[in-house]
Amino acid sequence: MAIVLRPPSTTALLEASPIVTRPADPGLLRRPVESEKGLWSWITTVDHKRIGIMYGIASLFFFVVGGLEALLIRLQLARPNGTVISADVYNQMFTMHGTTMVFLVVMPLSGAFFNYFLPLQLGARDVAFPRLNAFSWWAYLMGGIFIYSSMFLGGMPNGGWFGYAPNTSITFSPGHNIDFWVFGLQILGIGSTASAVNFIVTVINMRAPGMSLMRMPVFAWMTFVASFLMLFAMPIITVALVLLNFDRTFGANFFNPGAGGDPVLWQHLFWLFGHPEVYILILPAMGIVSEVLPTFARKPLFGYPVVVFSGIAIGFMGWGVWAHHMFAVGLGPVAVSAFGVSTMFIAVPTGVKIFNWTATLWGGAIRFSVAMMFSVGFITTFVVGGLSGVTHSLVASDTQQTDTYYIVAHFHYVLFGGALMGLFAGFYYWWPKIFGKMLNEKIGTVHFALMLIGMHVTFFPMHIVGLAGQPRRMYRYDKGMGFDFWNLVETIGAFVIAVSLLVFFYNIVWTAKKAPIAPRDPWDARTIEWMTDSPPKPWNFDHIPTVHTVDEFWHRKYSEAEDGTMVRVATAEQVLDGEYVDPASIHMPSPSFWPLVACLGLPLIGYGMIFRAWPLAAFGAFVLISGLFAWSLEPSAAPHEDHHDDHDDHHDDHSDHDVLPAAAMGALNAGS
Amino acid sequence: MTAVILDGHDLVVDSHDSLADHGHETHATSTGVSNEKVAMWVFLGSECLLFGALIATYLVYKGRSVNGPYPKDVFDIGFTSGTSFVLLMSSLTMVLAHSALRRGDHRRLRIWLMSTVALGSIFIAGQIYEFTAFVKEGLNLSTNLFGSSFFVLTGFHGVHVTVGIMMLAALANLSRKGKLPAERHEVVEIVGLYWHFVDVVWIVIFTVIYLIP
Repeated sequence: MAIVLRPPSTTALLEASPIVTRPADPGLLRRPVESEKGLWSWITTVDHKRIGIMYGIASLFFFVVGGLEALLIRLQLARPNGTVISADVYNQMFTMHGTTMVFLVVMPLSGAFFNYFLPLQLGARDVAFPRLNAFSWWAYLMGGIFIYSSMFLGGMPNGGWFGYAPNTSITFSPGHNIDFWVFGLQILGIGSTASAVNFIVTVINMRAPGMSLMRMPVFAWMTFVASFLMLFAMPIITVALVLLNFDRTFGANFFNPGAGGDPVLWQHLFWLFGHPEVYILILPAMGIVSEVLPTFARKPLFGYPVVVFSGIAIGFMGWGVWAHHMFAVGLGPVAVSAFGVSTMFIAVPTGVKIFNWTATLWGGAIRFSVAMMFSVGFITTFVVGGLSGVTHSLVASDTQQTDTYYIVAHFHYVLFGGALMGLFAGFYYWWPKIFGKMLNEKIGTVHFALMLIGMHVTFFPMHIVGLAGQPRRMYRYDKGMGFDFWNLVETIGAFVIAVSLLVFFYNIVWTAKKAPIAPRDPWDARTIEWMTDSPPKPWNFDHIPTVHTVDEFWHRKYSEAEDGTMVRVATAEQVLDGEYVDPASIHMPSPSFWPLVACLGLPLIGYGMIFRAWPLAAFGAFVLISGLFAWSLEPSAAPHEDHHDDHDDHHDDHSDHDVLPAAAMGALNAGS
Repeated sequence: MTAVILDGHDLVVDSHDSLADHGHETHATSTGVSNEKVAMWVFLGSECLLFGALIATYLVYKGRSVNGPYPKDVFDIGFTSGTSFVLLMSSLTMVLAHSALRRGDHRRLRIWLMSTVALGSIFIAGQIYEFTAFVKEGLNLSTNLFGSSFFVLTGFHGVHVTVGIMMLAALANLSRKGKLPAERHEVVEIVGLYWHFVDVVWIVIFTVIYLIP
C-alpha cells in the first residue's frame, strides 16, 4: 500500500469526466420535471442522497416509536406484579418493539448510510438503479405504515418478532394481528431484496477508475457483504411467511401438528434467515467504525485486507450457526455439538476485527470527537456482547439460558451497544457531509455519555436476573423472586437512554439553527466521499476521482517525507479545486413517481388479503402492475431537458434496458 | 407486468467511460458487463434460495402425510414428463430467439419468441389440467401435508413461468413495433437468463417430486 503511483500535480489528478448524454426517446408517458425544492421533488426523487435522508428520518421516527414501546415494557416490569399494561398489550409491545427495532430501525438506518455513502465512497453519481432504489424506500415506508396500521384495525402483532408457528397459526392466534406481521414483513422483504440487488450491482459495476475491490473503503465492503446476506436471507423468510400465510388464509397444513406438520420447520426457516439477519444488522456498523477509527487516530486502518476478509468470513460463517437459537428444541447431540462448535468458531473473525480496531488506535494521534467516542463505545460494548454470545456455544449452559433475560442482555449489547452505537458514530462523523454543518460536539458528548451509561445500566443487570432465572416475555413477576431491585435499575436505565435520545434530537435542532457552515474537510478525512462539496451536488462529483489507494483523499493531502513521516502537501481545498464543470453537461436520472405508485399497491394487496376483500387485493395488484408498466414505459428524461449533445451520436445506443424491475417482479411473486 | 423489460434509461450515470471503450453492447462499467445483466444474475442467486427453501420444505414433509391421497394415487408421470419435455424445449427456442436478434433477423426473433411463449403456455396449461385433476381426485391445499407442499412448490414455479411468458410476449410486441433493434439483443439475453433458470429449477422440482420414490 505504501508505493502508490500518483501523478505529480494536484490538478492533474482530477480526471476529466466524460460528458454523458441520454438518448432522446419520447417514451409513452411524461416524466416529472426535475425540481430542486418542495414536497413533490422529494416524492418523485431518485437521488440516492435524498432517499438516504428519507430513510434516516423515517427510521429515527420508528426508533422513537420502538423506544416508547420499550419504555412501556420497562414501566410494566419496574415493580413486581406491574399493572401498567395488560398481558395482551404487553405481548403486542414486545413483538412490535423487536419487529420495529430490527426491520424498521436498524436495517433502514443502515440503509440510509448505504444509500447516502455507497455511491459517494465508490465515486459514482448514483446507485446502479435509481428508480429501483426509490421503490425500495417506498416499500420500506409502506411496510412500516402497514404493520402499524394494525393498531387501529384490531390490534398489533403479538406473536413475538420470531413469530413461532404454530403459536402464530389461526388456531392459537385467530385475530388479524399476525396477518399484519406476515404481510408487513413481506412488503419490507421486497424492498430489502431490491436494495440488495441494487447495492451489489453498484459495488460490482460502478466503482471509480482505479478503485479495485481491495481499494474500496471498508464501509463499502461491509455494505457489499451485508447486501449479499440480505439477498440470500430474505427469500428464506419470504418462504416461511408464505407457508404461514397459506396455513392461515387457505387452510394449508405446514405447521399443523395434527396433520403431521412440524413446528421445528418454522424455527429452522426463521433462524436460517434470522441469524444472517443479525450480521446484516451489525456489519454496516462495523463498516462505519472502520471508517471513523482511522480518521480520528490519524493512522491507516490496521490490516485493511484482514478486516475485509473477516467481514467476508462472517458473511459465510453466519449461515452455519442458526441452530444455536434452537438448542432447547432437542435437535440431537450431533447437530447440537456441530452448531456449538460453529458458534464458537464465528467469534474468531469478529475477534480479529476487534484486534484490528484496537491496533488501529495503538500509537495513533487520537482525537476524541463524539464520533470517535461512539466508535470506542461500540468496540467495548460489543466485546461484552460478543463474549456473552460465545457463552451460547456451550450447549448445556445455553439450554439453561434459553428464554431468559440473559439472552435479552446479550442481544441488546450487540444490537444497541453494537449496531446502534456504530450508527450514531456514523451520524456524528457524516453529519457535516450530509448537511454541511457539524453536530455540536459538546451536546454530543452529553448524548454519548448518557447513552453509554443508560445502555449499561439498562442491560447489564439483565445478565444477572437472567442467570437467576427471570424468563423473557413474561408480563409480570412475583415479589421476592430476587428480580425486584435489578428490574427497577433497568427501568431507570431505559429512561436515561430516552433522555440521551432527546439530547440527540436537541442537538439536531441546535445544529440546524445555530451551527456555522462546516469546513469542507472537518475531520481531515481519508476517503473520497469527502472529495466533493458538503452537501454534495446532485451529481456528487464534478470530476470523478481516479483512485490509487484505499485512503485516496488522505494520500492526496499528505506525502511521505524523507524521514518516513507523513507531511502535509496540500490542503483539502487545493485537492478539491478543479475546473468549473457546466452542470448541464452531466445528466442525472430524471425523477419518477412510478416507484411510489407501484408501492402503493403493496399495502392494498395486504389489506385485501387480510380482510378477504378480494376486489381490494385485485385493485392493489392492478395498481402495482400499472405502476411497474408505467415505470418501464416512461421516457428517459423529463420533457424540457435539452442535451448538450456533442456526444449524442455515439451515445445513442447507451440506452438502458431496465430489466431489473423484472427481477423485482420475481420478488413480488415471491411475496404474493 | 411485462413492460418492465422495456427501456428505462435510468442510469445515465456511467462515470467510467474513461476506463475503456467497451463498444456498443454494454455500458462502460467496472466489470464490462452491463448493470442489468449483473442484476439478473444476482437476482437469480436470490431465487435459488427461494426455491431452495420451498424444495427443502417439500423434502422435509415427503412421506409424512397422515392421510391420503398420496403421491402415487394421483401422479400421472407420463403426462407430466411430456409437459416437462415441452418446457425444456422452450429453452432451445429461447436461445434461437436471442441468436436471431444478434444476427438482426427480426422476423425469426419473433417466431422463436412466440414459439417459446407457446411452449411455456403448454406447460402452464398442463399444470392447470394437473391441478384440476388432483382436486377432482380429492387432493387440495388443505387435504394433507403432501397437498400443501405440492401445490405451493409447483404453484410458485408456475407463477414464475407465467411471469416469464409475459416478459417474452412483451419482447415480441416491442419487436413488432420496431423498438427492439439488434444492438439491444442483451434484453433478450437477460430475459433468457430468467427463462433458463426457471427451466433448470423445474428439472430439480420434477426430480424431487415425481421421480424420487
